[in-house]
Amino acid sequence: MSNVEIMTGNQAAAYGAKLSKVQVISAYPITPSTPVTEIIAQWVEKGELKAEYIRVESEHSVMAVCVSASTVGARVFTATSSHGLLYMHEQLHWAAGSRLPIVLCCVNRAVGAPWSIFNDQQDSIAQRDTGWIQIYCRDNQEILDSVIQAYRIAEEVYCPVMVCYDGFVLSHTIMPVEIPDAERVCRFLPPYKPHTILSPEDPRNINPVIFPWQRRDAEGILRDGYMDMRWKLQHALEGSREVIIKTCRDYAELFGRDQGGMLWTYRTEDAEVLLAAMGSIATEATTAADILREGGIRAGVVGIRVYRPFPRGEVRDVFGKAPAIVVFEKNISYGYEGALCADIKAALYGAGSQAPVHNFIAGLGGRDVKARELAEAARSSLAAIAAGNSERQTWLNCATE
Amino acid sequence: MELKDDNISAMCKPAVGEAGRTGDWRDATPVIDHSKCIASVKNRPACYLCWLYCPDGIVTAGIPVRIDLEYCKGCGICAEECPAKAITMVMREEAGK
Repeated sequence: MSNVEIMTGNQAAAYGAKLSKVQVISAYPITPSTPVTEIIAQWVEKGELKAEYIRVESEHSVMAVCVSASTVGARVFTATSSHGLLYMHEQLHWAAGSRLPIVLCCVNRAVGAPWSIFNDQQDSIAQRDTGWIQIYCRDNQEILDSVIQAYRIAEEVYCPVMVCYDGFVLSHTIMPVEIPDAERVCRFLPPYKPHTILSPEDPRNINPVIFPWQRRDAEGILRDGYMDMRWKLQHALEGSREVIIKTCRDYAELFGRDQGGMLWTYRTEDAEVLLAAMGSIATEATTAADILREGGIRAGVVGIRVYRPFPRGEVRDVFGKAPAIVVFEKNISYGYEGALCADIKAALYGAGSQAPVHNFIAGLGGRDVKARELAEAARSSLAAIAAGNSERQTWLNCATE
Repeated sequence: MELKDDNISAMCKPAVGEAGRTGDWRDATPVIDHSKCIASVKNRPACYLCWLYCPDGIVTAGIPVRIDLEYCKGCGICAEECPAKAITMVMREEAGK
């Protein structure tokens, strides 16, 4: 019997954590992520979720609690947004460097100055290089499913996972979401085994000062230097692609929903233009593709689901033969271009593609983006490409003069 | 075959010298004048402020007081804190003489 409820993205994230039987939750409230941890706090209070809920005075401490709890073998969850995530920044590096499978929901929100509580993806994109796996969700069902999958991925490759979804657009918007059967989730997600068992009988110094060079420890074993450790993290993220894809496939077999692994496609087979995006704007782009096709332009959509590790191979396969590429994204790497656009172009370098790539910066700080506007943007790009303009950055719906 | 570091995060077993023999960081060496050191003069456990203040825990609170020069970094805090002025910091070259 299916158990479908109408819920917000934040409720879906909370259900994902509950079904994953998280043992420690620490959080500090920040819009729009607050309801996730409020809901979990209620479950813990009522005894519906057997977990420790640890209240602290800042997001920096939140991640410090998550790091400690995960180190001693607890399955850990937190959620935050925007400045909360940025305040965690230093501890995000510690979590990844310590190879701890923490799962964090980043409810995407713009970053100040000036203050904005509304949605874009600048917060999580700014954390791109912390060593966390990043998944971007397109709807509320995917949020719930991705949180559960995130634990299995994280605990297999020993890397933390950030499950990102758009603030308000998903976090506060209700949709039907199927809540999977708890026992089946247990079968999908085995208990967390930390990479190092800590015990007073066999003590460890954790994260001591490490030198540039390799060095023998007191027992004579040659221990890694800093750079060797960092390579292990890079190697783990590169290797996590297979685990992410397999996890997605196994989940689909058990629960009947396949989010596509690293990326998903919509009407791409015969496309003369591919629209690329991450998160809810990618969902919007599918409607734009339908509008374009009604108008005689064969458009398709590629939704990048996993941004780190970047789906290098999949991107080459799916965009390799595309005559034109238009990237919509809710972030900007100031002084250059959107992060996704730059990464797609980098992946295509040397792969034989000469396709023009146009970049639209859209929806910053919650500015509305409608499907017909995306369609119109793609149309204008195709006209510019026909006129020989192979590279272009446009700020959609923005006063630029 | 060489044992490879199997840790995926940096960790080591707590052991003496795990952070290296830090004595070679030292420029100035603490030298104790036991004729002034309170514990030695009174011939009983006393004072031991050097032991209390040493940030590296390499002072042994005995009679006489001993400093492990394998690990002493030469910070000079013991000399600064000694109420009997029994500890002098001697520069490396002079200490070797």
